[in-house]
Amino acid sequence: MINIQQNRFKTILIGIAFSPNLKSNIYEAIRMIDYFNAKLILVHVGEKSKDKEYKINSLIAGLSEQKEKITTIWQEGNPVDVIIDSAKKFEVDLIILGAMQREQFFKFYVGSIARKITRKAHCSVLLLIKPSEERVPCNHIVVNGLKDKKTKETILTSFEVAQNLGTPKITIVEEISQQEVSFSVQDDESLRKNILRKEQLKRKEDLRVQDILKQIPEHLKNNIAIKTQSIFGKRGYSIGHYAKVVGADLLIMNAPNKTSLWDRIFTHDLEYILSELPTDVLIVR
Amino acid sequence: MVKSKNNITDFFNSLPKNIFSGFVVSLIALPLGLGLAIASEAPPIAGIIASVAGGIVVSIFGGSNVTITGPGNGLVIVLLGAITTLASGDLYQGYLFTLAAIICSGVLLILIGILRLGILSDFFPSSAIQGMLAAIGLGILAKQFHVMLANTSIKGGTISLLSNIPKSIIDLFNTDQQGLVIAAIIGVLSFLIMLFYGKIRNKYFQLVPAPMWIVLFTVGLSYYYEFFSEKDYPIDKSLLVNIPKDPLSNFPFPDFSIILEPKFIGVVIAITLISSIESLLSIKAVDKLDAKKRRSNINKDLNALGIASIVSGFLGGLNVVTVIARSSVNVNNGGSNRSANFFHAIFLVLFILLFQDQLSRIPLTALAAILVYTGYKLAAPENLKSIAKIGAEQAIIFFATIIGTVTTNLITGIITGIVTTIIIHIILNKSIMLFIRNFLKTNVLMFKEDGVDGTYFVSVKNFSSFLNFTKLKQKLDAIPEDKDAIIDFSMCTFVDHTVQENLLNYQEIFTKRGGSFEITGLDAHSTSSTHPLAIRSVFSFNKLIKIGANLTKRQEELKNIAKQFSWDYIPKRNEDTLSLNDFVYFNTKSIDFKYNTITDADNTFEISDILFSEGEFIAKEVVRTTIMSINLEHPIPKFTLDKEGLLEFIYKFAGFKDIDIYNHPDFSKRFFLLGEDEEDIQCFFSKELVLFFESNPYYHIESNGATLLLMKKERQASAKEIKEMLDYGLRLYKIIDMVLKPSIC
Repeated sequence: MINIQQNRFKTILIGIAFSPNLKSNIYEAIRMIDYFNAKLILVHVGEKSKDKEYKINSLIAGLSEQKEKITTIWQEGNPVDVIIDSAKKFEVDLIILGAMQREQFFKFYVGSIARKITRKAHCSVLLLIKPSEERVPCNHIVVNGLKDKKTKETILTSFEVAQNLGTPKITIVEEISQQEVSFSVQDDESLRKNILRKEQLKRKEDLRVQDILKQIPEHLKNNIAIKTQSIFGKRGYSIGHYAKVVGADLLIMNAPNKTSLWDRIFTHDLEYILSELPTDVLIVR
Repeated sequence: MVKSKNNITDFFNSLPKNIFSGFVVSLIALPLGLGLAIASEAPPIAGIIASVAGGIVVSIFGGSNVTITGPGNGLVIVLLGAITTLASGDLYQGYLFTLAAIICSGVLLILIGILRLGILSDFFPSSAIQGMLAAIGLGILAKQFHVMLANTSIKGGTISLLSNIPKSIIDLFNTDQQGLVIAAIIGVLSFLIMLFYGKIRNKYFQLVPAPMWIVLFTVGLSYYYEFFSEKDYPIDKSLLVNIPKDPLSNFPFPDFSIILEPKFIGVVIAITLISSIESLLSIKAVDKLDAKKRRSNINKDLNALGIASIVSGFLGGLNVVTVIARSSVNVNNGGSNRSANFFHAIFLVLFILLFQDQLSRIPLTALAAILVYTGYKLAAPENLKSIAKIGAEQAIIFFATIIGTVTTNLITGIITGIVTTIIIHIILNKSIMLFIRNFLKTNVLMFKEDGVDGTYFVSVKNFSSFLNFTKLKQKLDAIPEDKDAIIDFSMCTFVDHTVQENLLNYQEIFTKRGGSFEITGLDAHSTSSTHPLAIRSVFSFNKLIKIGANLTKRQEELKNIAKQFSWDYIPKRNEDTLSLNDFVYFNTKSIDFKYNTITDADNTFEISDILFSEGEFIAKEVVRTTIMSINLEHPIPKFTLDKEGLLEFIYKFAGFKDIDIYNHPDFSKRFFLLGEDEEDIQCFFSKELVLFFESNPYYHIESNGATLLLMKKERQASAKEIKEMLDYGLRLYKIIDMVLKPSIC
């Protein structure tokens, strides 16, 4: 049975140590707590200084009346550990990381931190690729429809988030890997089989997704255009590319299953998206 | 069940055509096979064995439809090198070692086929392949030019051979051996036949391929000396083809004793590399010509070629590849399935068994002339010109490959080409990270948009070059060619020439088969300074002729004609020739563009010059002709109308029947009417229409249901002929309009 929570994210944490665009990150975070009616925990990794404290306080002061909802934490140490530990300590529901889109070496750095946090965090993680001071409306959410036990929860979350953010459109993407098609195209005959098989798979996947959609409460589906799209390609990778092609504003994904050493050596699924960050990404856990 | 039954009847119905086509191809394969074997310093019969083994084995096990297999041009240089060096100069022993290498490469080819590694050939930049082919052409040309001038003893590398050409010519004038001079004259005449064959557009002349004309000419000459002249045949035995008296016995046995030596392994790799590249390029090109629009199974074909090479090697033959020139002759003569390849082999066996004596009358100089022409076509300056137009960097790659190949060997040459390409790409992008970081990443997304006939959308990101083209190709291959596809490069920072050229090929196939293939997102690139014009320019430079700057005399006349009718005259070329693809005549041809268009206000009548090409690659013939098209108001049956004669042989198309019109035996005798719907056509050809055709000059007329196509000859019409054509077309339109009005049918 699907468990309905109107406000899934009650406590939100934002890490602000390693991002050069502090202002827009904070603005984004404050906007988020407004949408979700949540508490915000600002975690600054690094030495506490008067200067910085003043700067942050002045940023917050100018924005929200709900000052009491915001807690600022100063802690030195490894950014990943600090954020993970604080998230556990404050029973955070969502970690926001303001990433930068790929740019020379910096993006490797941010990418790796984001990757580590995503792997270790106990809660959902939102990666913002271009935090901005002005509000950018979220018009299109792309969510994965993988055949996975977490998918149901992820799709439900995406509808809640869409209601909270006022997003009018959700596309559920079913990624079907090439192995499942099992016919490689060599000539007309194999092409025909390949296409038939793809149609079959597509129908099967569609049924599964429709089944999940049926279980989502009507009030969450109000005013949202729902589309399903099957794509054939490498898992995790293609959905990121798709999100970018259709110009989605938010990509919502399942959290990865336990990663083994193997997965870390050969990047796959989510790792692809984290290394390329096609758009804002929310990882639901 | 019904389907397979249909297939069988289809097969038997098309058998006569395929036998005929196999026959025509065998006429070329015979001299070419002999010539290629001689050029490789193998016994002449080795080339024929390769053709026979290839024809029989590949027609049974192959995965393509209209290709012809046999000894290939590209291999000449590798095989020659192998035969002359493997046994340190002992030609016969070298030949035995080479046979073993051919067998080993056959095994490798089978492995490539089984492991589905046919995609490997996509990892070569197209300019490097062009360069390699040009180098092979130069190699063949350099050696065979001397042989054509009756100097068979010359040896050396490509460069020294080329620089010795003037010496060979001078020697010829100083020699006192008359036999040599006559042999050289035969060689030069044969070369001229090759050169001007394509220019003579006479159906009867073209029924016999050029190499066969040379054979007929030389054999005829020797008979002249035998029966009519008092002198002896002046050409020495050493300058004639040596065919074993009993070709069915005495097969040489391959010698595997040096199988582990590095130079042997090098030869095996070179043979495998070149034969797979040559075969795959040919298969790709021939697929474009297939009138039935089928797709070849490349890996299955490689398997079959591997088996054929093994068989051929054990019988003493050269290795077997798919050959483009013979394949396009096959298509042009109506070959529609693999049986044509099979029959070409059977006819070759018959030739060898029945005409041994005649074949040994062919002078080596004549065969060398055929090869000089082939070499010239491969290395032709036009190829360089078209590459240089694409961009200076392509020319650099091209030359690097040629120099690498000529000075060292083929494998080093192609590696030089690949490395040069990579370096150039890095320099152009000022970034090596772009390639390193994204090399292994999947960079292609394909999805089908909603709906039954949804468009396939393919998006490519990061970079797209020969290094990762196979990923894109895999996706593109999964799209049926009669559907719509959009390829978007807007997220891709770099697209190289190899990719663009391949995309153009896809585009051509898609338009031919009724789909569409649009490339978007590249426009932005041309304006961006980090992406030089050159890399993108293949789209604007692919058609090379500039028209319309200043009018020629003929164009002035055309303008006047248009004025007299108060119609429009547009000298500029127009690449939108999509509507012409519907016509049966253009099924096996690819239309480049039309120009010098005269058209009336509502576009009912249109006369234009078109430029189209037949065949692919070295067999490519570019033809210009003038056509008239008439758009009809009412639909009429589909048909083609020609003068009755030899043409029917060539001009039979799948599903089309010869139709006789009742009560007009004279018309049926004089004209050759083909179509699918017999009743409709008989009804359509009313008394008035028949009378019109009988009393007017002859045109080739074709209907695709809505439009009539008129043409007279496969050359440009003069201004006067255009006037006649216009008049004919106008009157025909009136008659058809009259016929259609009462609508009895």
